[in-house]
Amino acid sequence: MVEEEAQIASVGVRRVDLKTKLLTAFVIATNVLGNFSMSWGMKHQTTDLGLSPLAYIRLIFTPWVLLGTTLLILWLLSRMTLLGWADLSYVLPVTSIGYVMSAVLGKVFFGELVTWQRWLGTGFIVIGIICVGLTAANTTQQEPAG
Amino acid sequence: MKWLMVGIIVGSTVLADLLQSFEMKRHTVAVEDLRPGRLVGMLRGLAQRGPLVLAVFFMAISFFAFMKLLSVADLSFSVPVTAASVALETVLARVVLKEKVTALRWAGALSVACGVALLAM
Repeated sequence: MVEEEAQIASVGVRRVDLKTKLLTAFVIATNVLGNFSMSWGMKHQTTDLGLSPLAYIRLIFTPWVLLGTTLLILWLLSRMTLLGWADLSYVLPVTSIGYVMSAVLGKVFFGELVTWQRWLGTGFIVIGIICVGLTAANTTQQEPAG
Repeated sequence: MKWLMVGIIVGSTVLADLLQSFEMKRHTVAVEDLRPGRLVGMLRGLAQRGPLVLAVFFMAISFFAFMKLLSVADLSFSVPVTAASVALETVLARVVLKEKVTALRWAGALSVACGVALLAM
């Protein structure tokens, strides 16, 4: 393990460059706003969905769910690109700040109860993100193209 | 119903992420490909890669299960609980994708997983 870490360090740790940071921010923003729009749309729909696929497809074309779906498609594509530039084990924890933001939005806009456990959980996630953010973004191959 | 949806979301997300990471590492997208003029060509290229198509299929399953979950549970429960996949995916990234997961990254992933568990309470 120590040898492995030294090896990564010797390669110059392949520091996280600006475009990777910007794309990471874009991935987080589209995910948080997409989930929020979806949740808003789902909470304001009145029909009982059951398990019928047609009901879900109809629901996709309502304004908030459509906005959420569009944002989540952008999230999917940008995250796919990011996974080519950085490790999966880097992308997952770093983009987890989105979970915290979703909890905050849930409290502010939907009046959802955010208990002390959830705030403690938020603290753990932030610490985890800082830890992972200090490691190399890509440990498996060459620098991303571009 | 709630926990069945969580199980479906986590399982399909893990498979989708592994497939995406594996395939995107093989053919990295360059910054130039993200320009508006080349975006369509880039998307067409992505659509022709088998592992990515399969990944999108799993993500679609996850998406519809997530919609169902949102209709029966709070946003502040639904989003964090689906992150249970973080710890599992970090292990699989090490084992399957051969990523070099340092002690600091393990600690970070563990901390995030603990945080997510607390958020789901």
